[in-house]
Order: sequence, then C-alpha cells, then structure tokens
Amino acid sequence: MLVKTLGLEVNTGSDQLHQEVTGGYVGDLLSDVIAHSASGNIWVTIQTHPNIVAVASMKDLAAIILAGGREPDPETLKKASEEGIPLLRSSLPAFELVGRLYQAGVSGIVSC
Amino acid sequence: MDQIEERYPFHRAFNIEGGNFTHAGSISSQVKRILKEEGFPSDVIRRMSIATFEAEMNVICYARWGILTLLVTSDFLKVVVDDEGVGIQDVDLAMKEGFSTADERIRELGFGAGMGLSNIKKVTDEMVLTSVVNEGTHLEFTIHLNPVENFNEVSTPAMGRMSG
Repeated sequence: MLVKTLGLEVNTGSDQLHQEVTGGYVGDLLSDVIAHSASGNIWVTIQTHPNIVAVASMKDLAAIILAGGREPDPETLKKASEEGIPLLRSSLPAFELVGRLYQAGVSGIVSC
Repeated sequence: MDQIEERYPFHRAFNIEGGNFTHAGSISSQVKRILKEEGFPSDVIRRMSIATFEAEMNVICYARWGILTLLVTSDFLKVVVDDEGVGIQDVDLAMKEGFSTADERIRELGFGAGMGLSNIKKVTDEMVLTSVVNEGTHLEFTIHLNPVENFNEVSTPAMGRMSG
C-alpha cells in the first residue's frame, strides 16, 4: 500500500512487501541504524553499497528505501534479491519522503 | 548428543585486509552462514552477526590487516580479532557512543558513527578490548549458549569486562 501511495519503485523483494511495518528509521551511518532500528522497520537511507543489505538482514528490517533518487550498486541489488530484502527507491529527498511516510501512518517510535 | 560432541569445538580463521572496502562485510556474512548451518537460534545468530560485522569494519577502517577467529563450542561462541594498526589511545573514550576518529572517506561510506564498540558490547555477554597505540588492537567477545550461564545479560549488564 505504501508503495502505491508514495510512488516507490520496487527493485527487489516484491514478494516480501506484505510484511507488517512496525515503524521507520532514517540514517546513513550503519552502526547507528544497527543500534537504533527495530525489527520490521522501514529504513530510509542514501547509502547504496551492499552493506545496507547486511544491516537490513541482521536487523530483520521490513524494507530499505533509497531516497533522493539514488541508484543501488549492482552488487547491492544482487545481495538484496538473494536475501529477500525489499529494496525500494524514491525520487524524493529523505526529508520529504520521511514526512510522507509519517503522514501515511509510519511512526518513528517503535511499537514492538 | 554424541554427534554434537564430535563436531564441537571447531574454529575458523579469516584474514581481514585493512582499507579494503570492496569486500567489507564478507567475513561477517560467512560467520553468519556457518552459524546458520550449525542451526543456532536466530537471536544468537543475529547478535553474533552484528558484533562480527562491527569488529570486521573496525579492522577495515582503522588497521592495516587483522585476523578474525570464530570459535564454536557447545557452550559458547567466541570471536577473537587481532589487528596491526593505529590502535586505540583511550579505550574508555572509544567505547563511548558517538565518539569516532573516522575520516571523511570512511564516514561517506556510512561507517564511523562511533557506535561500533558499544554495539558489540550491547549484543554480547562478555567483551574484552585491549590496545597498544601504533601497534594494534585485541578484541574478543563471547555469547553464551546455555541460558543458565548467561548471567551477564540477564542480571548485571555492566559485567561485560573491559580492560585497558
């Protein structure tokens, strides 16, 4: 549903999108995301290298959204498909994207 | 049970090349795969993956080279990392969330948040970190598999050992 409302481009993991979203986190420093995101979160970032998939997989995140129209590295796409992590893209800058996610009911304060 | 006793303990060693970000994260992926194949609980695998990822990134960001050894026993999982590099001047300060000496290049890649060591401490049951400036750093961390032995995490989280 969020994919449609926010006009997101789905790059990988389209079969994993039914997963319930518990909240959201935004950040480009991986260790900060490891420390503060929670299972089932949507993660908004501008990092495009394969380690974002490792982070999402370790933390059981619901999806990664690349903001600002960033393109994932080919290796990142490959790894995301292998691990079944939904990798989405938005042409919106991170601030705008997070604002719209919030309006759509995704909160930063985790309920799980 | 005989089968388990035959299989454990075993260890695997991995070389880490400092400054090489191309394969960053590959060792923690391999560790994760090994633990999955061994059938450890998903929570143990998650904690071990996080700690190993942070340790691997520290060597890549700050050392010339390092060696990471995974030890698997039927009672605990342990990782020991030794590197040759700049070392850590003040171990207590380095453990502080947000403190980082990362340069611009490292930060641009999304590392150097100053959270790595505290993340390791948070997800493991025991952690030991020692360092000699301009020589290198020794890090080891353990996760207990037997919940009865897992006293650090349950009752006294501050017991994760630190020595400087």
